[in-house]
Amino acid sequence: MTAGLMQGKRGLIMGLANDKSIAWGIAKALSDAGADLAFSYQGEALKKRVGPLAASLGSDIVLPCDVGDEASIDGLFDGLKEHWDGLDFIVHAIGFSDKNELRGRYVDTSRDNFTMTMDISVYSFTAVMQRAEKMMSKGGSAITLTYYGAERIMPHYNVMGVAKAALEASVRYLAEDLGKDGIRVNAISAGPIKTLAASGIGDFRYILKWNEYNSPLRKNVTIDEVGGSALYLLSDLSSGVTGETHHVDAGYHVVGMKAVDAPDIEAPNRKDEG
Amino acid sequence: MSDVADRVRKIVVEHLGVEEAKVVENASFIDDLGADSLDTVELVMAFEEEFGIEIPDDAAETIQTFGDAVKFISSAQ
Repeated sequence: MTAGLMQGKRGLIMGLANDKSIAWGIAKALSDAGADLAFSYQGEALKKRVGPLAASLGSDIVLPCDVGDEASIDGLFDGLKEHWDGLDFIVHAIGFSDKNELRGRYVDTSRDNFTMTMDISVYSFTAVMQRAEKMMSKGGSAITLTYYGAERIMPHYNVMGVAKAALEASVRYLAEDLGKDGIRVNAISAGPIKTLAASGIGDFRYILKWNEYNSPLRKNVTIDEVGGSALYLLSDLSSGVTGETHHVDAGYHVVGMKAVDAPDIEAPNRKDEG
Repeated sequence: MSDVADRVRKIVVEHLGVEEAKVVENASFIDDLGADSLDTVELVMAFEEEFGIEIPDDAAETIQTFGDAVKFISSAQ
């Protein structure tokens, strides 16, 4: 259906962990459409996962990057330049917070974790775009991943919701700064998906059920559905779109209250909460 | 051997790429079966999917061995 759409386009995928990752759904869609891919990973545990996945898509460009370290980001782009003389797209699928603060009260967030969460989950995208800009002389497209918890209160999302709000704001400012050079910057706000990252969020099964019962499409989205939307945003099909937060959430973000046909469900483990 | 144990063993063998014979009652995922910290999270996620249960973090931390996993899942079902 999309064969050839990304023919001749080269892009970097950051934040792939395993075959449950949203970044994997995106990478597969891009590869199917003919894109050439490079991958970054942080640490040995992820290297051994990312390597085989990259290879399965015919990519042998797998580079280390710790987005918390400026020199490491420089190293990533230096490494990329050894393979490619230009870059067409970036997928930023990176976020991090102390999982002990992804439960309980937001008001109890520590200064250290607040700063670290903002640094890794928000600033890293800006830092990456500083380098990517220089490789996108013919224009380009970048996406990052966000969540509805940036706009509305979601159980346990806490400091990550605050970080995602900042990330979405940074997408708009990046869109303005880089738009003059033909570089588009957008965010995908994906519905909840059971990924490695989501395993840090409390009551996740309950959150999935709630979304399934109450979203207009009455389902949860898959990594392949996010991949399809990412493909649109990273291809020339969306050449008139930038600064956007695009919801790929089965429509949940337009819902005002519980669906009348949704069964009453209870989160497990309520007795554990104080 | 119970049905739960067989299904758990199958997941462990597939995920960690270890021989079936090594997946015994007291086999520690990390010390005996070569799992890293992400493997342990991925295993718990695979158990949740296979058995349709939720394994909270504090419980997941107590699942160190194959036997622990079988015991927890059997009681959670």
